[in-house]
Amino acid sequence: MADPISRADVEHVAKLSRLALTEDEVEHLTRELAGILGHAADIEALDLDDVPATAHPLPLVNVLREDEVRPSLDRAEVLAQAPLAEDDRFRVPRILGEAP
Amino acid sequence: MSEAEYEAVMGLEVHVELATATKLFCGCVNEFGSEPNTNICPVCLGLPGSLPVLNEKVVEFALRIGEAFHFDVPERSIFHRKNYFYPDMPKDFQTSQYDSPICADGYLEVDGVRIGIERAHMEEDTGKTTHVGGGGRIHDADHSNVDYNRAGVPLMEIVSRPEMHTAEQAKGYVSELRGILEAIGVSDVKMEEGSMRVDANVSIRPVGSDTLGTRAEIKNMNSLRSLGRAIEYEISRQVELVESGGRVVQETRHWDESAGITHGMRSKEGSEDYRYFPEPDLVPVAPTDAMRATARAAIGELPAARRERMVAQWGISETDARTLVESPGLAEFADATVAAGAPGKDVTNWLSGEVLAYLNETGLSLAVLPLTPGKLAELCTLVSDGTLSRNLAKDVLGECLREPKDPKAVVAERGLAQVNDEGELGALVDAVLAGNAETIEEYRNGDDKLRKKKRGFLMGEVMKASKGSGNPQVLNRLLDERLN
Repeated sequence: MADPISRADVEHVAKLSRLALTEDEVEHLTRELAGILGHAADIEALDLDDVPATAHPLPLVNVLREDEVRPSLDRAEVLAQAPLAEDDRFRVPRILGEAP
Repeated sequence: MSEAEYEAVMGLEVHVELATATKLFCGCVNEFGSEPNTNICPVCLGLPGSLPVLNEKVVEFALRIGEAFHFDVPERSIFHRKNYFYPDMPKDFQTSQYDSPICADGYLEVDGVRIGIERAHMEEDTGKTTHVGGGGRIHDADHSNVDYNRAGVPLMEIVSRPEMHTAEQAKGYVSELRGILEAIGVSDVKMEEGSMRVDANVSIRPVGSDTLGTRAEIKNMNSLRSLGRAIEYEISRQVELVESGGRVVQETRHWDESAGITHGMRSKEGSEDYRYFPEPDLVPVAPTDAMRATARAAIGELPAARRERMVAQWGISETDARTLVESPGLAEFADATVAAGAPGKDVTNWLSGEVLAYLNETGLSLAVLPLTPGKLAELCTLVSDGTLSRNLAKDVLGECLREPKDPKAVVAERGLAQVNDEGELGALVDAVLAGNAETIEEYRNGDDKLRKKKRGFLMGEVMKASKGSGNPQVLNRLLDERLN
């Protein structure tokens, strides 16, 4: 069986998550992730044509709440816990990418 | 090839904020214009341990949309996480729907043409970033500040199929869509305030081809007019580009309203790589028959049916019906005025004329005017029973638009009532004629042209003598009786 995941895949996913990995870490994670995917492949080997995809393990649907206003948090208290705040807003570093 | 030898193809993505009391997954107030970061809680801030719970009103609104646009509503739909790296969502993902939306495969009729709608799905809105330094532009900024009041506000994203071909058609689609969303009460659909946002996917292809060209996605149009301008510009840009040997690249382009152009934004790296996966904190939505029946019952008359009814019952033109239906609140106001006893045609004339002009001029909304349907009906009666001429009625209406007064009270206060009494008006005519013997002489001996002129002069004097309150029809008749 071909490698379930390549080094390039791991590097790509790390980049999307803004993770800086060392060469050794990429090597190690490629092996680990391949193991996880190998486990998933065991399931793929079964005949599951009649089994609907499961999005949620609990047999529940329509867990809903009424459209009723609940109190929000105190702004000063919230912003005091932010790394940086300015002008009643959360201050974040310069944004380099585009809005999605 | 010239522009005429290309065909434009476009699809529209419309995001509409739902008019619920609270956000999509928490009880924070859904409100435009609050003080920054006052409507936030552990859920919409994505604090560890917090759990989202879906707002039932959002599901009801989504089902109304399902009904109004002829969508299939699958037995189940689920939420997904859309992962991306941008600080407008504190969770670093947006909860949205991906391959299992609540509404699939609907349509909308625009001027007799059916435009397919691929899907409509629920998702949460993002926070608002303000860029500090560098003239407020994102890439030159020193840093950014984020207000999360809007993060978690419920949205429906409504995605048309690429089935429109002109800017006019796209505007017609958005206009009809907006009218329906307003009529079914799910949103206040204000493009200017951002509660309705439209992105246009535009491509071109040679006439006769049936493959789609590469598309550009145009953003940042905040009115129907700018949507039309942006699309027209973009079509020309793509034709010129292809004609000069270039290729359209798939990208997001920003509409610059003041410059009247679109410009490309820095290309997104791995932009399609959102790593969607099913949201484990939310269970599937499975609309029951009861939920669907509630949504169906909540839908009032849709704009197309309303226009048809007004034309048939009131004898007004299709254009006037469109004006009423497309101006927020005007059609409801007209219906209420007719219910108060006024003829539909008169009501339409006042509303689409003086009232609409006043709203446009002042920028006010109908809801804040002191004029009520009852007062407008009273005004119509004052005209039909001869108390007021149309000109006087216009004055009275003007006052009722500005002040909380009844038309009858204005008439009494200003002594405006039209005089219909023939004895009184006859005396006035006699007095004017007595003082204008020379004019009468000229009238009697003149040719048609001179007669007309002299008669006009005398009528003017008579109106003046009645201080504008004489019934013009009666005065005309009395004058003619005496002159001939």
